Amino acid sequence: MEVKQFLEGLWTKSINVRSFVFNNITPYHGSSEFLVGPTEATKALWKTCLEAMEEERARDGVRSLDTDTISTVEAFDAGYIDKEKEVIVGLQTDELLKRAMKPFGGFKVVQKALSEHGKAPNEKLTELFSKYVKTHNDGVFDAYNAEIKKYRSLGILTGLPDNYARGRIIGDYRRVALYGINFLIEQKQKDLESITGPFTDDVIRLREEVSEQIKALKAMIVLGQKYDLDLTRPAENAKEAVQWTYMAYLAAVKEQDGAAMSLGNVSTFLDIYIEQDLQDGTITESEAQEYIDQFVMKLRLVRHLRMKAYDEIFAGDPTWVTEAIGGMFTDGRTKVTKTSFRFLNTLYNLGPSPEPNMTVLWAEDLPENFKKFCAKVAIETSSLQFENDRLMRDVRYSDDYGIACCVSHQDLGKSIQFFGARTNLAKTLLLALNGGRCELTGTQIFDGVPEDKDEYLDFDKVMVNFKIAMQEIARVYSDSMNIIHYMHDKYYYEKAQMALIDTNPHINIAYGIAGLSIVADSLSAIKYAKVKPIRNEQGLTIDFEIEGDFPKYGNDDDRVDTLAAQAVADFNNELKQFPIYKNAEPSLSVLTITSNVVYGKKTGATPDGRALGVPFAPGANPMHGRDEMGAIASLNSVAKINYEDAQDGISNTFSIVPKSLGADVETRVENLTAILDGYFSNNAQHVNINVLDKETLLDAMERPEEYPQLTIRVSGYAVNFVRLTREQQLEVISRSFHESM
Amino acid sequence: MDGGKPYTVDELFNIIIKSKPYFGKHGGVTISGGEPLLQAKALIPLFKKLKAEGIHTALDTNGRILNNFAKELMDDYTDLVMLDIKSMSEEGYQQITGQKNKETTFNVSTHREASGKPMWLRYVLIPGLTDAPELLHTMGEYFKSYKTIEKLEIQPYHKLGVHKWEALGWDYKLKDARENTEAELQQASTLLLAYFKQVSIN
Repeated sequence: MEVKQFLEGLWTKSINVRSFVFNNITPYHGSSEFLVGPTEATKALWKTCLEAMEEERARDGVRSLDTDTISTVEAFDAGYIDKEKEVIVGLQTDELLKRAMKPFGGFKVVQKALSEHGKAPNEKLTELFSKYVKTHNDGVFDAYNAEIKKYRSLGILTGLPDNYARGRIIGDYRRVALYGINFLIEQKQKDLESITGPFTDDVIRLREEVSEQIKALKAMIVLGQKYDLDLTRPAENAKEAVQWTYMAYLAAVKEQDGAAMSLGNVSTFLDIYIEQDLQDGTITESEAQEYIDQFVMKLRLVRHLRMKAYDEIFAGDPTWVTEAIGGMFTDGRTKVTKTSFRFLNTLYNLGPSPEPNMTVLWAEDLPENFKKFCAKVAIETSSLQFENDRLMRDVRYSDDYGIACCVSHQDLGKSIQFFGARTNLAKTLLLALNGGRCELTGTQIFDGVPEDKDEYLDFDKVMVNFKIAMQEIARVYSDSMNIIHYMHDKYYYEKAQMALIDTNPHINIAYGIAGLSIVADSLSAIKYAKVKPIRNEQGLTIDFEIEGDFPKYGNDDDRVDTLAAQAVADFNNELKQFPIYKNAEPSLSVLTITSNVVYGKKTGATPDGRALGVPFAPGANPMHGRDEMGAIASLNSVAKINYEDAQDGISNTFSIVPKSLGADVETRVENLTAILDGYFSNNAQHVNINVLDKETLLDAMERPEEYPQLTIRVSGYAVNFVRLTREQQLEVISRSFHESM
Repeated sequence: MDGGKPYTVDELFNIIIKSKPYFGKHGGVTISGGEPLLQAKALIPLFKKLKAEGIHTALDTNGRILNNFAKELMDDYTDLVMLDIKSMSEEGYQQITGQKNKETTFNVSTHREASGKPMWLRYVLIPGLTDAPELLHTMGEYFKSYKTIEKLEIQPYHKLGVHKWEALGWDYKLKDARENTEAELQQASTLLLAYFKQVSIN
């Protein structure tokens, strides 16, 4: 192993990328002035990509498809955009934007997705998967009981990863560059030898998994060979470090089509190699930027084959190549490097884009110049999200982490997550008001909640029944998660990613809720106003009459904000009561992605005055238009939800019109920086920042061809606005755009 | 009182305190209007509490009143006065504000200058009404010896407020005025820079 150029540390004795970064980082406190534009080669390549993406849009979202090959790490020949111009190479298939089949999540889903584009898998594969090969989806439905199926079909649990890949796991892709694959194989072989009897279920499973990982590492070597890269050894310069890291990620997205497949936290790691080459004079700033531009370009081209129904919960064809940028080490040094800037600079060099999902790890003591640059980029591109680095370091005890999917802390190489989509907390409340029956169909979901016959809802009684409802939902939710993750491991194990993670890592199970603001406002109405349920002949609530006013979540009013925080704490607590597969530790998110629209459709009228079918607010956001006290009050309400109770993340999507941030760029940058400092000092965890006028979005709906790269943050990720459905576009526009602080 | 929501001083103070983390290095509280000096007596205890918390205080006023409460508020508790200069001529002043006696505004500026505390001027540049070079020179000459004026802010004229007036059933006096061109704003800015330390276009 080639280590002589770098300062030694724990990393030279065992796999420990954090130690390498910690010992070799060059923190950067300067300004963005050193940044350079794209090279001619980058510009030409990106032009080709933009044209290809235009064709993709014109062909109903899919430029081309492969129907003969099962995508694996080794599948497909090398693919290029324009080989001569590429300094960083590698595509998922042999052709730009060609989508491939990954049938182990569920073959029917693959068939459906292909049929929507007039295609089918070849006959041999169809026969194989129909008769002989079992998938994750098959396994899950073999084990699901009637109760789980009922919860699923009535929209209480939605978007569960039972017919698509769970994603969320972040391989420590840096390991391939730092150690080379031969060393990684040696280490995994040692691990395998040390996993000894007695051979109980879990021990046998672990041995099988590590063996699979070793095979995946060998497959990665083959992937490298297709591009004439020798991944068996460590990267020896900046270009190789970027290339090796990308190859490791590419292996993951060739094998898996997880909903969210984050990149991790690679920019600071790569900076060490770039800094060294710059010092040695072997590369120029222009070349350094070119590596990053072309790496990011490749990340923007990641595609999975999805069926159209998928778009309801994950709109706009997202891939969540989430890259966490910035943050601080526990010793007080910043992790900001010049390459943190170079990553953000791609939003100028290549234009705004939803992917990679750039996430700034914010701390009050980040370098001022970096803060300003991030604020400027957010204002000019609406492509960034921000997370509270100080809070996550304090609560999760790790300073070397990535963001899984949208908002979730994941200790790199040491911990993984089992993705659990979310349950509908607003509907849970309605079940409590309807004797455990679905308010729309009358189906009995669970027993134990008495029929409520009161003329007016009684707060204390509602809370007792709500708790029972939470317990029942949590039980079934937990059951379904256990089945899903057991089967995913069995039939669609993420061997390439797990090969880059410590053997037998810590696991968080990532539960989620939707409809928090509806619950808070409904409970507030019941408590502070008089709420009279209107029931049909079956006794089901169809509407609510509210007499009097009540405080609404989003106005920094403790009377209702504490109801929101308590609902999160209570449900989180209920989820901890059940045994979990692989001893995973429960964690909860307040995050909806775009499922807030479909959840709204499946939820009857609620006691806060929301009508049947109306979309929920996304994530932990206050309901649209109810946060009347200005931007700061709205942020303060969200900040009251305790991160300790929702360690999978609390998503807030914040939209503000440019002029309310200030008259000129300088003032806007200063004010946005102050907003971020203020919000995070209140222990808030996450915020998406959009600085946009509604008029821009309305115009983009009319003339989408004029706005191919218009990017907007939704719940935990960003989308190309023009790729949303009309319904989703209207929902985004209906959200609060703060016009006053 | 129509169209507003009454708050007690304590209620306002609580709202402000909860916003304090967001103020950053240059943030603080600005009371605008309506006309804040009309409520000077009520603002004194609020500003007093804000100063005790180390919060920067500012008033955005057209200077229509200068009583003892207004003086105490400005002298003792206001870090920055932002004074709207509507017009340098009595005729123009009446046309824009519908009020008589432009002098009260100048009484406020004179008072502020004498107190030695910072002040910004704000001037709405309305094409055909307040943008004549001689008017701008007059304003410059009038204020050029002032030491407390940190900057002059040119407020471009916009018609966003017209619908509000119409909704209230009022006759919008400036209906015929148009919005400024970029060149006009730059010209005015260049002209005024001869008299003021800093000129910005809002």
